Amino acid sequence: MSVPGSWYLILAAALFGIGAFGILVRRNILIMFMCLELMLNAVNLTLVTYSRMLNDIAGQVGVFFVLVVAAAEVVVGLGLIVSIFRGKRQVTADDLHILRG
Amino acid sequence: MLAVVTMPDLVTFIAAALAALVGAVGVVTLRHPVHAALMLVMTLFAIAVLFVEQGAQFLAAVQVIVYAGAIVVLFLFVIMLLGVDKRESIMPKNAVTWQLPIGLLFVIAILIELSILTKGVWATGTHSVTAAVNGVSNIAVLARAVFTTYLLPFEATSVLLVVAVLGAVVLSRIPRASTSEELALEMESDAKEEVELG
Repeated sequence: MSVPGSWYLILAAALFGIGAFGILVRRNILIMFMCLELMLNAVNLTLVTYSRMLNDIAGQVGVFFVLVVAAAEVVVGLGLIVSIFRGKRQVTADDLHILRG
Repeated sequence: MLAVVTMPDLVTFIAAALAALVGAVGVVTLRHPVHAALMLVMTLFAIAVLFVEQGAQFLAAVQVIVYAGAIVVLFLFVIMLLGVDKRESIMPKNAVTWQLPIGLLFVIAILIELSILTKGVWATGTHSVTAAVNGVSNIAVLARAVFTTYLLPFEATSVLLVVAVLGAVVLSRIPRASTSEELALEMESDAKEEVELG
């Protein structure tokens, strides 16, 4: 028999926490993006684990859609970073405060 | 609970979980963006291993192809394009000395491992990636769900991808003279330059 699902859930929670911590503490936008990918992957792992535990393929279909949305998000996000860099010559979150109310 | 877990499953889970956690901590703590991206690759591979371990073979393959193959390459591409990697050149001045034999050692070890894996099934417990799991292929089950129950979301993702591609093109292209007046002005100045040059 395979490893119990709760272990996978604990691992996914730890990965999600590390990713969230990274988004909060890092200032480089590229690394913040990577931490975002980390969080998405932690959720994917949770979905696959529940898919196995509940014996339902819907969880894996959810992961499939998350993958597509993540790819689209990275394409648009990196396009934004490139266009920001063209004007400001730097990509740290502290320098981008033009939207501050 | 531990008693029913077979040894290969346990070893695979612990190794993959350790790799995922080390990679995640590396993404957060390493200062250099390229190093962080490589750590991200390690975490993504470990998660792909965990997918295989849970019988989601198709998603594991897609995980490696889309994430490690496309998304991380895109990250690295942008890092190189923006020149954020200035603190380190590709070939450092004091050339690789002790790293080279270690790297070769790892390459040989991976080759041996791969050749063993192609021979038998003792390590993973399954025959091949496309083999049937519990009598039914994972890909067949997933495909049936995607193309019947979830057909509308599937079609919506194609729209989303087109929108994302258009958005990336619009965002990252260099703005040119957009109105016809600006275009006319530009052409005029070009003509003047040509006259001056001639």
